[in-house]
Amino acid sequence: MPFGNTHNNFKLNFSVDDEYPDLSKHNNHMAKALTKEIYAKLRNKQTPTGFTLDDIIQTGVDNPGHPFIMTVGCIAGDEESYEVFKDLFDPVICDRHGGYKVTDKHKTDLNFENLKGGDDLDPNYVLSSRVRTGRSIKGYALPPHNSRGERRAVEKLSVEALNSLDGEFKGKYYPLKSMTDAEQEQLIADHFLFDKPVSPLLLAAGMARDWPDARGIWHNENKTFLVWVNEEDHLRVISMQKGGNMKEVFRRFCVGLNTIEEVFKKHNHGFMWNEHLGFILTCPSNLGTGLRGGVHVKLPKLSEHPKFEEILNRLRLQKRGVDTASVGGVFDISNADRIGSSEVDQVQCVVDGVKLMIEMEKKLEKGEAIDSMIPAQK
Amino acid sequence: MASNFARILSSKRNVGILSLVGAGSLSVGFFLTREQYVSAGAQVRRLYPASADYPDLRKHNNCMASHLTPALYAKLCDKATPNGFTLDQAIQTGVDNPGHPFIKTVGMVAGDEESYEVFADLFDPVIKERHNGYNARIMKHPTDLESSKIRGGQFDDNYVLSSRVRTGRSIRGLSLPPACTRAERREVERVVISALAGLKGNLAGKYYSLTEMTEKEQQQLIDDHFLFDKPVSPLLTCAGMARDWPDARGIWHNNEKTFLVWVNEEDHTRVISMEKGGNMKRVFERFCRGLQEVEHLIQEKGWEFMWNEHLGYILTCPSNLGTGLRAGVHIKLPRLSKDPRFPKILDNLRLQKRGTGGVDTAAVGSTFDISNLDRLGQSEVQLVQTVIDGVNYLIECEKRLEKGQDIKIPAPISQFK
Repeated sequence: MPFGNTHNNFKLNFSVDDEYPDLSKHNNHMAKALTKEIYAKLRNKQTPTGFTLDDIIQTGVDNPGHPFIMTVGCIAGDEESYEVFKDLFDPVICDRHGGYKVTDKHKTDLNFENLKGGDDLDPNYVLSSRVRTGRSIKGYALPPHNSRGERRAVEKLSVEALNSLDGEFKGKYYPLKSMTDAEQEQLIADHFLFDKPVSPLLLAAGMARDWPDARGIWHNENKTFLVWVNEEDHLRVISMQKGGNMKEVFRRFCVGLNTIEEVFKKHNHGFMWNEHLGFILTCPSNLGTGLRGGVHVKLPKLSEHPKFEEILNRLRLQKRGVDTASVGGVFDISNADRIGSSEVDQVQCVVDGVKLMIEMEKKLEKGEAIDSMIPAQK
Repeated sequence: MASNFARILSSKRNVGILSLVGAGSLSVGFFLTREQYVSAGAQVRRLYPASADYPDLRKHNNCMASHLTPALYAKLCDKATPNGFTLDQAIQTGVDNPGHPFIKTVGMVAGDEESYEVFADLFDPVIKERHNGYNARIMKHPTDLESSKIRGGQFDDNYVLSSRVRTGRSIRGLSLPPACTRAERREVERVVISALAGLKGNLAGKYYSLTEMTEKEQQQLIDDHFLFDKPVSPLLTCAGMARDWPDARGIWHNNEKTFLVWVNEEDHTRVISMEKGGNMKRVFERFCRGLQEVEHLIQEKGWEFMWNEHLGYILTCPSNLGTGLRAGVHIKLPRLSKDPRFPKILDNLRLQKRGTGGVDTAAVGSTFDISNLDRLGQSEVQLVQTVIDGVNYLIECEKRLEKGQDIKIPAPISQFK
């Protein structure tokens, strides 16, 4: 829970040894990086909005982690967190994002015309396509730290930006605290409604405070472009549709994002971005593009193949089940990377990789071997 | 407001504190240098006017929401206690948990002793509502741990399965669980277990730290129903009490397993005296003796409990102010519990019923947890006497119903004596 700088100053009365958290049973990126020396160095610092080291690491202290799944264990409270506390964030980012260096530059490319292909993924295999990302509004603290006033200001500005959309984007905003029962049921049926977070990872970071104040969902009439306001980030933007036309999904994604960015810029509250970290989001795992582009695809035979994991790895893709574990050989396949490559690069990986895997699936259906098709590491 | 710390430093216990210099205790550095970084009544930097930050409480039903008007929020929102605890932090649990239409929760917590003073304009009406009209500005709370004053207190074992008295105590000078730093929490643990280690005779016992207990110890504590878990109730987690779990948390109990202390759960300490059967008198004697000995042991080292003459013992939740005492029994009342007059009888006796699993549980069969309703405005002796007299009355009712005789609803007993 965010305490702010007056409380932090009080803590400086106590020694580093007495305040340093016990991380001996922890397994997350923060616990790996936060030595006592770094804690001593950073503990008297605060960002301009008053976010402190203990605020940043609380979620990682409270959630030791899992022996198999490495969580991040620290979050940003505002744009400046990544700068003021770089001695902690830099090693965490490097570890989480495959060796991303302090001197590396991140490429942003939201020009959908640069995507090659992607309109011809076989709909017999690809059930649906989706691209999501997050955006933070410059000048406001992030969900772990924002006051009610700030959160409401983000909502107000976002709704104004979204209501300015026209044509295929014309839509409506549903605030969580005042939606009707009928609206709520429809949003649930569409799988659009998000709930108050229950994950202790998010709760311990203070993101669910004041729920459901200033939270809501906006979507266009066609139900192909959806925005979550004030959930885990200021905005989560999702473009989706049934079938395999990823090109169209990505086009809508880029056009929608670029259009609403213009509105925010007019109010001098553009998106948080810099040339090293790309788009700034609450969790370091979402830095860079913050993009997860993927498909629900039927790969019953390929998924049984002993080299399935390795193929995914080499294609820079990751698998998830559809609604947790996979059912009937249907998988959620998406890009594994977030930072160091652009939006176009990452969606291209998905398009090319899924196309290849469908061809492999078809070969396996015919009883043929696929060893010659296994790609080199991208 | 005279600082409580000034009170301690000017007392004879000065000697005790300064003598700790050589031991390198946290407390010396704390008392002598706390002015260095934070001044009393620190101001909070706000970006927005109070009206933009005022919480939406229209769907809320808790004591905090009933009394926090926009004007009061505006008055208090830029204040902080000397340790930096703010109004927003005090009310966060009540904002996040709108409450239940039937059960009215308190909806706010204290982060330190000074919270009750700095935010008195909100705490006072909440206390008044929760504690039957108690006026904290004017009224004085009586503290009385002379167990010899108790009359009776040995219940019929055919009805009473077990007897228990619990309270909480906070260590003055250290922040409370919603606000404490890791260092403060560890200091609470050190102070308390050092005191408990000094207990002798039938109070002698052992401490089990949550971070270090063995699997075997853990299983034994579970079997004894002593082990407490990380809080899951959103009322507690939203108030920040579960931070850094399980660091500096633990359980102490005497060898006889009749006197138990929880360290750093919802309060600095929760003290429990219990035993099977109906000897509430002995349970309360041990309770008082244990508490008084622990208090004596911490005073030897220059510490004391948070207490003042208006609010009694200072605890995290306003509902536990005063005595912080809940004295109760597990009791079988198969006939009485089915009588439609049962709730009214309990009410008039100033008793409440709970299931035997605790405050959030329902009763199993016809065995109930019966305890005092009140906490503030009456002393420990008075409240335990109320429970004893009340439980005796309930047993009498049950016996009469067994014989087919009728029972009477007793006259309501007065709340503030």
